[in-house]
Amino acid sequence: MSETNSSTPDTTARPPMDNSGGGQPSVPLLALRGISKNFGPVQALQRVDLDIPAGQVTALVGDNGAGKSTLIKAIAGIYAPSSGTMMWNGQEVHPHTPRDAAALGIATVYQDLALCDNIDIVGNMFLGFEDTSAGALDEISMELKTVQTLKDLQVSTVKSVRQLVGSLSGGQRQAIAVARAVMRDARLVIMDEPTAALGVTQTANVLNLIKTLSSRGISVLVISHNLNDVFAVADRIAVMYLGNLVSNGPISKYDPSSTVELITTGASERVEPHPLHSFA
Amino acid sequence: MTTDTISDTPSTTSWLDALRKLLRQDSGLIPVLVALVLLVVYFEIRSSVFLQAANIANLFTQAAVYVLLAMAETWLLLLGEIDLSLGWASTGAGMLAGIYTNVQYGWPWPVAFLLGIVAAVIVAAVSGFLTVKFKVASFIVTLGMQLIVQGLVIYELDKVFQGGGVPVQNAVLRNLIAGDLTPTWSWIFVIAVVVGLSALAFVRRAKRKAAGLTAPALWKLVLRVVVIAAVGLFLGYIFSVNRGSFIAVTGVPFAVPIVFALVGLYSFILGRTKFGRYMYAIGGNAEAARRAGIPVDRYRIYAFMLGGFTAAIAGLMLISQLGGIASSSTDSTIVLYAVAGAVIGGVSLFGGRGRMVGAVLGGVILAVIKNGLTLIQLSGPAQYIVTGVVLIAAVLVDVVGRRSQQLAK
Repeated sequence: MSETNSSTPDTTARPPMDNSGGGQPSVPLLALRGISKNFGPVQALQRVDLDIPAGQVTALVGDNGAGKSTLIKAIAGIYAPSSGTMMWNGQEVHPHTPRDAAALGIATVYQDLALCDNIDIVGNMFLGFEDTSAGALDEISMELKTVQTLKDLQVSTVKSVRQLVGSLSGGQRQAIAVARAVMRDARLVIMDEPTAALGVTQTANVLNLIKTLSSRGISVLVISHNLNDVFAVADRIAVMYLGNLVSNGPISKYDPSSTVELITTGASERVEPHPLHSFA
Repeated sequence: MTTDTISDTPSTTSWLDALRKLLRQDSGLIPVLVALVLLVVYFEIRSSVFLQAANIANLFTQAAVYVLLAMAETWLLLLGEIDLSLGWASTGAGMLAGIYTNVQYGWPWPVAFLLGIVAAVIVAAVSGFLTVKFKVASFIVTLGMQLIVQGLVIYELDKVFQGGGVPVQNAVLRNLIAGDLTPTWSWIFVIAVVVGLSALAFVRRAKRKAAGLTAPALWKLVLRVVVIAAVGLFLGYIFSVNRGSFIAVTGVPFAVPIVFALVGLYSFILGRTKFGRYMYAIGGNAEAARRAGIPVDRYRIYAFMLGGFTAAIAGLMLISQLGGIASSSTDSTIVLYAVAGAVIGGVSLFGGRGRMVGAVLGGVILAVIKNGLTLIQLSGPAQYIVTGVVLIAAVLVDVVGRRSQQLAK
């Protein structure tokens, strides 16, 4: 974590988090202002304004090509935005690489999960950040921390943390990828279609995991095509349509049919457009 | 009626499922150990000489070259790479050590050995650099490198010694294979290895218990220690028996502790250090390793260099065993035995799976086949055929294991 890009401000002094139910944080954890991104003549994102409050689950929905993936890649430090600013805890940041973003506390769990099937759970949890003592891997320390993190996240379906990751189910793999991010003090976990390839039980497990994250004060930004999942876990919804963020706000203002309308046409009579700064 | 058909289906495929399950659990060294025991039993039945002291000692020195080459190739296979130039690089390293310890040059042996080792490491590093930098398949790069090294070695042999051969004239080089520890030191070596391995296993178990983690059952550990001790005592006894015909020859050949030290070091690196963990990570999922911040390209080049280093040690053993190297005494097939030994020992061709101990057992199996078939007077063609059959069987185990691992998801 020491090789943080010099352009990113010091994040050690984080403002105290307020996750106590009704109380609302004064500054959003992440605030995007006027984020645009073009690939040559193609405008993938057009002046996106979005607040991600601490400790809440924000669902990012939209049709294929609406710009969801581009937006999360801009947040995760993979694409630099063409214009616009990104505020993290009220301070302007410019993560240029995924490592910069990770140093801030932004972790992204992609669909392919980036796990090594041939290495056990403990090894994957610590990949690139292993504990050592006297030059050798400190397996005991790493195993204890892994067990504790999985317990904190209420991941109980894994039999042994010494199993190879290749032997795990899709939902379990998702849980390991998320737990890895949490163990490195992620404040915002971005998940790209976490339930896309999962069965009913495993989907329920992943949704529970997302709820556990937010109950621990960790923000979640989740891309999903499945509106059942969205309405099951999200506190807030942000809808994208052809590169524009056409609507966002607390989930209570939406219902599945108005959301579908927004996704397919970019507007809905029943939801006022662009209710920025209106926290429930 | 329906219940019949339902209960029928699983029972017919159950043994296949059981096999898949076994392979999926990373059965480790069990298949190769079983193969080794079967071969040993077969050859002992066919030839009473096989398990005699002289032949066992002979077998160990024969195995040294195969084992070291298989270990060299393992560094590359673990990352899903291959180095076809290792055979000739190893011959070249042995040749350089031979030439410069010769009376004609008379260099001190450590300098001459080092020259051979450095040369092999440089060749491997160049292959690695080209593979990584230009994103070419290592198969092609090292195929080219093999031809280059082969040309250089034969040129050098013909230039330095008219008639194309370098004899071993240095005692240290000769004694790598031909020299033995004294019987006392042989026993000290055997006992140190047995006690060391056992103590390590028990200490590790105690530490895990103390931390409140699950530890392997005590009986499994005791069983392992008993097996290791039995094998150790058997070999210690074998090596303490006189195996010479004119003058007494006893003790463990020097090659054996050298190989053991390397296996111990490599196993530690692969199993217990970040370096080893990253090797497995790159072999399993290079993209995941890259995202975890591991400098993947640099580690690839390290793997090539470690392969070159190990092959150079094998080359020193090779020239020691042959008593010299002539342009006619080596060929390009030796590297194929390096790959075969590693794969027979359970090192996956697809990267990310396998252990150094496996490569050792694979190399020993190659030596057992060669030695045993010679004893029952079936050398030559039969050796090729049997080795080929064992190799294909090993590859099938690898592929089935990999496929069932993917099915599990």
